[in-house]
Amino acid sequence: MPNSEERARFEQVVLPHLHAAYNLARWLVRREQDAEDIVQEAYLRAYRFFSGFHGGDARAWLLQIVRNTSYTWLQRNRPQESTAEFDEEVHSGSQTPVNPETLAIESANRERLNRALEELPPNFREVLVLRELEGCSYKEIAEITGIPIGTVMSSLARARRRLALALAGESKQEAAHGS
Amino acid sequence: MAVEPVCRQTNLLLHGYLDNELDAARAAEFEQHLAQCRECAGQLAAQRSLRSALRESNLYAKASPALARRIRSDLREDTEKPSLLANLASWRWLAAAASTALVFFALWRVAPQLFGPSQEQTLAAEIVDSHVRSMFPGHLTDVASTDQHTVKPWFDGKLDFAPPVRDFSEAGYPLMGGRLDVLDGKTVPALIYGRRKHVINLYVWPARLADSPQASVSRQGFNLVHWIRGGMEFWAVSDVSREDLEQFATMLEQ
Repeated sequence: MPNSEERARFEQVVLPHLHAAYNLARWLVRREQDAEDIVQEAYLRAYRFFSGFHGGDARAWLLQIVRNTSYTWLQRNRPQESTAEFDEEVHSGSQTPVNPETLAIESANRERLNRALEELPPNFREVLVLRELEGCSYKEIAEITGIPIGTVMSSLARARRRLALALAGESKQEAAHGS
Repeated sequence: MAVEPVCRQTNLLLHGYLDNELDAARAAEFEQHLAQCRECAGQLAAQRSLRSALRESNLYAKASPALARRIRSDLREDTEKPSLLANLASWRWLAAAASTALVFFALWRVAPQLFGPSQEQTLAAEIVDSHVRSMFPGHLTDVASTDQHTVKPWFDGKLDFAPPVRDFSEAGYPLMGGRLDVLDGKTVPALIYGRRKHVINLYVWPARLADSPQASVSRQGFNLVHWIRGGMEFWAVSDVSREDLEQFATMLEQ
């Protein structure tokens, strides 16, 4: 059990990344209450393993634990969601012209982005959240997700393409509803 | 058509370029390509606007202050309590240097802090017992009233301080009455509140310590929230959820 000195250091080094932890969990499980429970559990785990943290990037170290806790939680509570494979390329032909996607991106608003992001498989969602919302470097993304650093770039390329396609799909649906 | 394989590679590099993760040589190479390839130029512009849309849409979810409180309280609970022996040992050098009287004086001064956490735990256990006892038929209230102006005067002459009595019916926590209990050898008032079909016991007495924020613990399936504010010590105990109890505590603090 950590002593009060270690607690003070933990509160100084790890607690400031609470928003980052919550943001990642919230995007992975998509429900606020579940995300809160996961972050609380992850913090307790981090605290118990704190003696194994030897300086360095505290945010990446914490987010790694939050991510693991989130996936364990998903496996236990929503097994169908956590099994989505990274390599499942729905539109791998990439024959679709760029224009409709570009248009979709340009007209994307908050609700549509939110929905499109939430509907991506968790593996795509997490690299986008880490890169675009959390501002993580490739090195940090590799550390948090366990993806080899050499493939972070291609993971992001695929995730961005899927997001653009999801937005394009949504705008098609909206157009259909509108007419 | 001949450009396609090149662009497939570049479509990948484009992301490294966008993310500022290419080394100088590869970035310069890509910029050269960019000047000639309309597809890449278009993609880059689209990706940049997707990025700003993502960043400007307030999609970042921030943690609530209540979550921060829950975590801090977990950390406190999961911290090794300073052991009396270890502290005595570290005081020993002082014993050699100073007179025995000084050591006794020092121990007398620090003893409450040394015993602090475990004393708090004993108290929490007593409070849970008292809460359980109050659930026995006929034990809940000495004065049953939803009117704070009936409950508050009832305590007059029974205590040497005036507990704050407020009703929170509108927020879903109606006042149900009051009672006198004995905790830690002292007579203390208990205020009873309802929460749906559950009961919350709130104990209040003048504090000996400085103000401290809400801390939650659970014990035998009951939740407890403890805080000190404005010179009064508060303990709320119930079988309602921790969130409900913290919400109740937060209203009282306002």
